[in-house]
Parts: sequence; C-alpha cells; structure tokens
Amino acid sequence: MRLHPTLSALRQHKAGVLLIVLQIALTLAIVCNAIFVIGQRIERMNRPTGTVEDGLIRISQSWFGAPAGDDAASVEKLDALQRTDLATLRNLPDVQDVAASTSMPLQGMIYSGTLSLNAQQTGVAVSAAYYYGDEHLRPTLGVRLIAGRDFRADEILHRTLTGEAAPSVIIVSKPVAGKLFPDGDALGKTVYQDGKPATIVGIVERLQTPTTAKWGSAWDYNSVLEPIRVDGASASYAVRARPGREQAAMREARKALLAVDPLRVMPDSWGIQSLSQIRDKIYRADRGMALMMAAVCLILVVVTAAGIAGLTSFWVGQRRKQIGVRRALGARRIDILRHFQVENLLIAGGGVLLGVVLALALNLWLMTHYEMARLPLPYVGIGVLAMLVIGQAAVFMPARRASHVPPVVATRAA
Amino acid sequence: MFAYYLDLALRSLKRNKVLTALMVLAIAVGIGASMTTLTVMHLLSGDPLPGRSQHIFYPQVDASPAGYAKGGPLDMLDYRSAVDLWSAHRADRQALLAGSDVKVRAPDARVPPLMVPMLATTSDFFAMFKVPFRYGSAWTAADAASRARVAVISSNLNDRLFGGADSVGKTLRLKDSDVRIVGVMDAWRPSPLFYDVRAGRFAEGQTSSFYDKPEDVFMPFFSGLEVNDGNFWQFTCWGNVATPGHLQDAPCVWVGLWVQLDSAAKVADYRAFIAHYAQQQKALGRFATTQTRMPSLMQWLVFNHVVPSDVKLQTWLAFAFLAICLFNMIGLLLAKFLRRSSEIGVRRALGASRGAIFAQCLVEAGMVGVVGGIGGWLLTLLGLWLVRRQPVEYADLAHLDIGMLGLTFALAVVASLMAGFLPALRASRVAPALQLKTL
Repeated sequence: MRLHPTLSALRQHKAGVLLIVLQIALTLAIVCNAIFVIGQRIERMNRPTGTVEDGLIRISQSWFGAPAGDDAASVEKLDALQRTDLATLRNLPDVQDVAASTSMPLQGMIYSGTLSLNAQQTGVAVSAAYYYGDEHLRPTLGVRLIAGRDFRADEILHRTLTGEAAPSVIIVSKPVAGKLFPDGDALGKTVYQDGKPATIVGIVERLQTPTTAKWGSAWDYNSVLEPIRVDGASASYAVRARPGREQAAMREARKALLAVDPLRVMPDSWGIQSLSQIRDKIYRADRGMALMMAAVCLILVVVTAAGIAGLTSFWVGQRRKQIGVRRALGARRIDILRHFQVENLLIAGGGVLLGVVLALALNLWLMTHYEMARLPLPYVGIGVLAMLVIGQAAVFMPARRASHVPPVVATRAA
Repeated sequence: MFAYYLDLALRSLKRNKVLTALMVLAIAVGIGASMTTLTVMHLLSGDPLPGRSQHIFYPQVDASPAGYAKGGPLDMLDYRSAVDLWSAHRADRQALLAGSDVKVRAPDARVPPLMVPMLATTSDFFAMFKVPFRYGSAWTAADAASRARVAVISSNLNDRLFGGADSVGKTLRLKDSDVRIVGVMDAWRPSPLFYDVRAGRFAEGQTSSFYDKPEDVFMPFFSGLEVNDGNFWQFTCWGNVATPGHLQDAPCVWVGLWVQLDSAAKVADYRAFIAHYAQQQKALGRFATTQTRMPSLMQWLVFNHVVPSDVKLQTWLAFAFLAICLFNMIGLLLAKFLRRSSEIGVRRALGASRGAIFAQCLVEAGMVGVVGGIGGWLLTLLGLWLVRRQPVEYADLAHLDIGMLGLTFALAVVASLMAGFLPALRASRVAPALQLKTL
C-alpha cells in the first residue's frame, strides 16, 4: 500500500497537521464567502440604467428669492424661470437635447407611487418611480422606446409637486406594463396612478429607478415617465451632450446658467454632474468593499501557501535521514516527490472537507446577521479546487528539494 | 537571564531569515487588519457625550392613528405634543429640534450662495450638549421669546463665509430673511451625531449617515420655523400634507425632543409625566394609544443599531484573518522549535530546567510579536489612511489614538505569546536522553 508510509509519517506530526488543516479550512471558509460578496457587489455595480450614460448630464439648482407660494401667479413665475433655463441650455453649442427632469437613475432623488387597474386601487398594485419631465425627457435620457410614441408638446402640464392636475398620458417601463397586463397588451390601456386615470401611450424597454437602496430593490426597474414639468424653488434638468463633448457641455452649462442668475445655488458637489460621476459616487462603497475583500483573499491565500511551504520544508529537513534510507532501499526521486505531494493532498483534503462545512456555516451566520444571500455551490467548488491547487503549488518546492536528498545520507550520522 | 534568552532568540531568528520574515509579516498583516477595523469600531460605537449621556433622554409619545406605529411610538413627535411637553418645563434642560436645508448667502462675503443643513432648536441645546463656542455664545431665552432673527453657525460655515474671522454681529441672508450671527461654534464632532439618530431599525445596516457632521446653521426653534418655512423635513406622515415643509398642523411626526434629567427620581417623574400626558390626550381623543418610550441616549443608539453593518462585518473578517495568521505562526514555531530538539536536549542535559526552555521559546515568540507589532502599527496607519479616503460620513474620524496604539502592541505581543505557548510547551517536553543518543 503506497499510502502507508505517508499516513504513518503524518501520525508523527499530529499538531502540525492539525494546524495546517485548520488554517486551510478557515481560509477556504473566508475566501468562499469573500469571493461571493465580491461577485454580488460586481453584479450590483454592473446593472444597466437603461439610459445612454455617456454624455448624459444632470443639473440641479435652486433659485434665491423665488416665489414661495403655490398660487397660480407664483407657479407661472417659477415656470417662466425654468423655461428660460431650458432655452438657455438648448442654445449651447455642445448640447444636443435638454429636458425638465426631476429624477435620474442612480441619483437618489425619487418620487414614487402605486399603479393599479381601477380607481378603488383593488387588485394588482405595482410600485413604480415617477420621472416627471417634458416631451424631451425620453430622448434626452436615451431610453429605448419599444412600443407607442413619445409625449407631444401639448400634453405637457406644469404644476408644483403637490398640484392637483393629473396627466392623461404616461409612458411606462416594460416591467410595469408586464405586471399590469401580463398578456402584453398594455399599450393604449387606462391605468390608475394612486387612483387617478391615465392612458399608456408608450412603453420603454428599461429604466432603472433613481434609488439603489434596499427598500426599492423589489421594483428596481418599475419606472413611469410623467408629462409634467414640476415647478418649485428648485428645478433639475437632464442634458444630452453632443458625442464626446460631455466636459465642454458641463462647463458651458455652468457659465450660461450663472449668467442668467448668478445667485442660484448650484454647488460643485451636486449642481452639475455627469451620470458617470453619479454612478461613480453611488457605487464607491461597493467598489471599496469588493477591493477590500479581494485584498483580504489574496493575502490570506499567500499567508496560507507560505505556511504550508514553511512547514513542509521543516518536515523535509527533519526527515532527511529517513528520506535517505528510503532512497537507499530503492525509492526513486519521483516516489519521494509523490510522498510529499500525496501527504499534502491528504492534509489539504481534510482541510477543505472541514472548510466546506465552515464556509456553509459562516454563510448561514452571515445570512441571519447581514442580509446575505445563500452561497451558491459553484463558489464552494471553485474554492475547494483552488485550495487543493494552492496546496500542491506550495508543497512543490520543498518536495523537490526532498527528492534531491542523495541515498548516501542514510549512511551518515544525522 | 532574560538578556541571554534575547540573544538566543535573536540567533535562532537569524538562522532562517525567510521564515522569520514570514512570521513577522503574517502577524503584522493580521494586527494591521484587525486594529484598523477595531479602531473604526471603537470610534463608531463610543459614547458621544462621555460623562453626561446617562442624564440625557429622548421621550416619545404617539399621536398616530391606531395601528400605524408598530412596536412602540414613532421616532419623532408631532408638533403639538412636542411643544406641549417642552413648554411644561419638567426637565432640568430640554431642547426641541427640527431639521431642514436652508439657502445661505452672506451679503458681505464673496462666496456663491450655499445650501446647508439647518437645525431649529431651543436655547438649552448648547448647554445640554456642551457645545463649545469659538466666538460669541448661544442666543438667550429672551431672544427666543421675542422670536429674534438670530443664529449660531458652525466653525466650518464661518471658515467658508468669513475666512474664520469673528463674524458675531454680522448678517446672513437665510432663505429670504436677514439673520444676525450671535455665536460661532468651535470644532464639534460628536460621533455619532446622536441627536439626529432615528429610524436606524429601518436602515438595514446602512447607517453611516448617523456619523455626519453637525448642522451648519442653528436658529431658535420658533423663529427658525418662520424663516425657513416650507423646507422642514418630516419623519413620516399618516395623511396628506397641505404644504410640504410646513408641518405645524400636518398629520406628521417631525420634531425631536431631548431632555436632561439629573437624578433617578427625576427620570421616574418624567416617565410618569409623559405617561400621564398620553392618557390625558387619549381621553381628549387626540391620541389613539397611550404607548410611550423614553430611552436614555445610549439606549437610543443601541436601539437604532448605529454601527453600520459593513463595519461590523469587516471587524469579524479582520479577526478571522488574525486567527488564520496565528494558526500559521503556531505551525511554523512548532516546526522550528522541534527541529532544534537536539540542541534543546543538550541544554536540558547541561542543567536547563523545563521552565527555562519554555521561557526561552516564549521570548523568541514574543520577539516576533514585538517586531510584528511595529509592522502592524504601520499597516494600521496605512489602513486608517485608506478609511479616510473612503466616501463615508465617518471618514474624517478615523485616527489612531494613544489607547489604540498601546492596544496594537499589546495585541501583537499577546497574540504571538499565545501562538508560542503550545510550541514552547512541546519543546520543553523534549526528552534529553533520546536526543543525545541520536547525536
């Protein structure tokens, strides 16, 4: 039996073997879960918004001394301010299109409500984010229209956020249409937004809601475009820059808007930002966590591999004489090499067996304490394979050194 | 004797430099990771008002309709209850607070208009929370009573608008009103920003916003409500709000009340007082329930799970990491000591006791710990520097204090001594005769 000498050698180093087994098990448990976290965060960061992100800019600002009331005269005055800004932006050389727009994917500012099939709001109820804006909103965002039409200029209402006027037409995202009308005949149908009727005139393929927070994750692509230019002391716009002119358009927009009203509040931090900047900001914590986990995995694996290599080379040094005797009795170099490789495979095998149990237990603990998902088995499988390969790689150098011990050692004193 | 052990340890460590470096590195990385996360934990889970927090309470009653608030009263008060409780003046000190964002312009400063957070509060706020002042002081009770247009600003806003100069007496344009500055706060950074902590149990662990900086503008409660009318934040509403941001008569909770109660008797009295108030309001038909709650400051922080779950997760991870590094070190030390069995046998035969061998081995392990501790300290500084570059609210808090620095070394040495214990024990049990025979 080839395994016999390996097993009996292992029995001589119970403590050392146990330590390596524990180390491999813990490393596997942590690395599996850490890689899973990395995978989840990357998946989250790669979700598409449904817009053409390159060249999309959000402007958010607030006027000083704007009318405060919600009487008709104040609303008209606020709307005039907003239309002046929109016209100013539209005339800029590097701006392709511009729209009144309260919200933007990833940005966080969200208005939402519930869509249902009757005024009493019984039966199907679909939560959705409302994107208020004008007829330019869909083309400016670059969201793909897959059925129906855009808003017409004469359909655009304007009012304060709490105003009474309700839109008669809306454009919904595909998931909203699908949930309200599973048969796929949503176009032209009347739905009720928080009890008020509106006709679906268009369907867009995909539009993420403005929030990435957990409370909105159950309906993260349920969006509705509303033909309403919202008037208030603050207003936001979506700007589509000409291809490759994003930075220039942002600079021009700042200059032009401040020329219209130098006293508006439009700070560098959130006044004018491109969607790529918004994306960068919103996912920075996820990226940080993924990078940290990756660093931890790498260091752990290196430490474990170094530990295996270190311990094995001690064993090799300790057993020089025995190796010499085995060589003198006819064992080939390859046999000695194999001996240490098989030994490591046995130890690593014990380690990963324990490690799989630990990994699943750790995952279970994380699931109860940190809202983590269940660890998919492929992750465990890859982890097991990786640990075995790392073990073999770590043991190779000391094992090769052992195989070069000459048989003559057997005849000398230790 | 100790010097001799040090010399022996040094010789032994020098004999295999790669291995020594490996052990030191493993300890350093493990200590660096765990001390970085532990420092962040320590900063985030501390007492924001040391020595005073046990006297500070957050009373709550519930004006919402039956069944609306589940598991106790809502996190804030409706306007009427808040003003009723506050004007009863039953506590040693008491502060109402309501938050909003306000547009600010300093007419005589060349800075574009800003949007900054503002807190409308009552004058006890500054004394109760021991807010330090750089210039001027808080407004007086008389200012508040006459609804004077006065404000206290943060040192940060003072730097931005006035370059850090004494701005007391100067005028700020807040929304559409002129307000006179009466005080400039000194640097004040409670961690967490305890008086604004709420809704933590709905945050699903994403609580880093509790560590934001204090507001930039503080105004007397009632004149603040007038000046920035229409911009106040609600916590939650159970009906329609006629004018958003104007919540005095809205079916909303949006006002916080903090009280200072200096003795256990006063605490009991105040609990009875709010319970009585709730019963009275229920009898009047304004409340649907009589449920009340009055956590102390620290209880309220615990109730809101203030420490973000990402930070807790990282701390667990770092300690698991340290454990792996220690297992690694135990294995290496074990191999190292046992390899020297023959040398140990000779020393034993020449009269060294088991205890002496054990001590000698531990000195060697401890030496690795000290060097690893220095490496760990450097890596902790690096780790905290990385934390400071993160876009989180608590980033600027991440610094190593003396206590944590001491703990770094203590942890490194204790960890390595623990790692050295088993190998040293094994080494001291080496039977001298057997080793001498094979020489």
